Amino acid sequence: MRLHVVTGKGGTGKTTVAAALALTLARDGARVLLTEVEGRQGIAQVFGRPPFPYAETELAQSGRGSVHGLAIDPKAALLEYLEVFYRLGRAGRTLERLGAIDFATTIAPGLRDVLLTGKVYDALRQRADGRRGDGSPAWDAVVLDAPPTGRIGRFLNVNGDLAGLARLGPIHSQAESVMAVLTSPATAVHVVTLLEDMPVQETCDAVADLGAIGLPLGTIVVNQVRPPLLNEADLAAAGAGTLDSRAVGDALLGALAQAGVTVTVPADTLVTALIEQAGEHARRVDAEDVQRNRLVELGLAIVDLPQLAGVAEGMDHAALNELADRLSQPVNSRVPAVSRPAR
Amino acid sequence: MTELAIDGLLDDRDCRVIVCCGSGGVGKTTTAAAVALRAAERGRRTVVLTIDPARRLAQALGLSELDNTPRLVAGLDTSAGGSLAAMMLDMKRTFDEVVEAHSTPEKAQAIFDNPFYQSLSSSFAGTQEYMAMEKLGQLRVQTDPATGKPLWDLIVVDTPPSRSALDFLDAPQRLGSFLDSRFLRLLSAPAKVGGRAYVKVLSAVTGGLNGIMNRVLGAQMLTDVQSFVSALDSMFGGFRQRADQTYAMLAGPQTAFLVVAAPEADAVREATYFVERLRAENMPLAGLVVNRVTASTIDRLSAVEAARAAAAADSPAREILQIHARRMYRRDSEARVMARLSRLHPPVPAAVIAARPIDVTDLDGLRSVAADLARAEPLPSAPAVA
Repeated sequence: MRLHVVTGKGGTGKTTVAAALALTLARDGARVLLTEVEGRQGIAQVFGRPPFPYAETELAQSGRGSVHGLAIDPKAALLEYLEVFYRLGRAGRTLERLGAIDFATTIAPGLRDVLLTGKVYDALRQRADGRRGDGSPAWDAVVLDAPPTGRIGRFLNVNGDLAGLARLGPIHSQAESVMAVLTSPATAVHVVTLLEDMPVQETCDAVADLGAIGLPLGTIVVNQVRPPLLNEADLAAAGAGTLDSRAVGDALLGALAQAGVTVTVPADTLVTALIEQAGEHARRVDAEDVQRNRLVELGLAIVDLPQLAGVAEGMDHAALNELADRLSQPVNSRVPAVSRPAR
Repeated sequence: MTELAIDGLLDDRDCRVIVCCGSGGVGKTTTAAAVALRAAERGRRTVVLTIDPARRLAQALGLSELDNTPRLVAGLDTSAGGSLAAMMLDMKRTFDEVVEAHSTPEKAQAIFDNPFYQSLSSSFAGTQEYMAMEKLGQLRVQTDPATGKPLWDLIVVDTPPSRSALDFLDAPQRLGSFLDSRFLRLLSAPAKVGGRAYVKVLSAVTGGLNGIMNRVLGAQMLTDVQSFVSALDSMFGGFRQRADQTYAMLAGPQTAFLVVAAPEADAVREATYFVERLRAENMPLAGLVVNRVTASTIDRLSAVEAARAAAAADSPAREILQIHARRMYRRDSEARVMARLSRLHPPVPAAVIAARPIDVTDLDGLRSVAADLARAEPLPSAPAVA
């Protein structure tokens, strides 16, 4: 597997997962290129770096390998493309001044996506020595932090929109080459989700869309998983509000006393609130099980990433490495990793 | 940080438009729906324009289909004289309506058939934002046929899940200036010459650049774009003018912006940025809503204490204490992130909405979200680093 495409609904942490995956892939000595295409500079942010220029930038050593970042810009990609194929020189700048580059990269159907995916394709073919043809590749793997689930099918289906407009010519053949790589076994599209209704719905929709286009699906990454506390019977009782509040209350107060904790809240208020929180926990676990079952039905490998302490405050390198640890097994071997059976 | 007085805003009859904006995944749609519901039950004739609601939230609002017109929501308390209608934006259909309104039927059909129009109306980055604003403009001028008065006295708008918060303000402008660009004018001008002459003129003007465009994009594409531009030509002024009108309306005294955030680093950074941007543009910022905030009614039992007591307990008391400890760790972590919002100067009125154990999917859920908003709990103060 050389090209890993990572998508997911906004807010599910797809950039973080793409970054952790790049670190995972690099550990055994690989040179990994981590790319983004939406002009958000999300990769730089995840690694706590200032925004990148339009060039590969080394981000981190990981094990014996390294991760490099590249923020692909469609305008720069088009100018570069014109330069390479047509040696435009000043004419390229004239096109830019006239607004032709803006035009080509914003409205021409699918052209923007061909340029962006084309740049990823170029990175895959790039040789370590910079020449053309066979030779050891510059990048052992490329991870693409792709557009979100709502746009991913259109983005990757580079032949679709363009077919009616550019039936011939270099853009057309470029699109065909890109599509050949995207639909080959060298590619896997991973979908990041949370155990919530809307991200799971978008995951199911994206899996159906991508499958219809013939793109190879990889792993469903369930992000920010909080393992359930309480055993099955207690969860059920807490959810139904039938926990023995007297016995549990005595145990809670006993434990607090034993630990030397005094709380300036009446004992029964404290116990009621703690038991109510357990009930909310149980209802959340139930709701998450429903969502997990929908994911299991997709029949793809699933890997869970834990919600890390302090996740609200953002990622740091240690946290990324922790996620990379979790990704290292299942994603490479594609073993399903369903954390617990649904009740 | 001051507290956001949402009821004051909803009861202010001069407030006619509330725009909910923020980054993706923070609960904008839920917030917009909750605000609209509360306004309706406080007596406003309200319509909420949603962009892409979760399926079950859409059902709760009675939006079973995407038909681009407001539908009355059933199950409301209308004793105060208000009402709530909801609609889901159909971007392409809204664009089609704009085209129809500005051209003859034959011209409109030529535009609809053009592949560039199909691309522009369904995938141009910013079209969704532009059409949301277009729809807002339409709702704004709708009148009740019986009384001649405005049909809606409050419009609550949810904004599209933009790649960045910027898109929302910039897109109308961008689409307008794009359609007005020199390049498009260059392409459209020769069309008036007619027939194949345009190729010559274009060649002369651009010094063979069209040849390059032809080679890169294919001749068919250039022809398509040329006919598209000439068909749209009559509407150029319209687009620009409407974008300007929309901008002026957003900046006006009858509009209020609510920036929606979640207590996470990325969302807080986006929200901070958006607040600064709105201020720089002199947009009427009403406040900040932080959604899905972890809370506990017994915050006097700290995470560390609960974890220590859990170590001394047996199941299930152990896990019940762990549940509390986990919640308090999360709460403290969120509070540190939200403290970044208090660096905003001058301070922004803010309110928090507590996280729910399960997704909000019915009117009661929306009511309770709105009640949180109205309670105007201040942002929690940042605890010392544990």
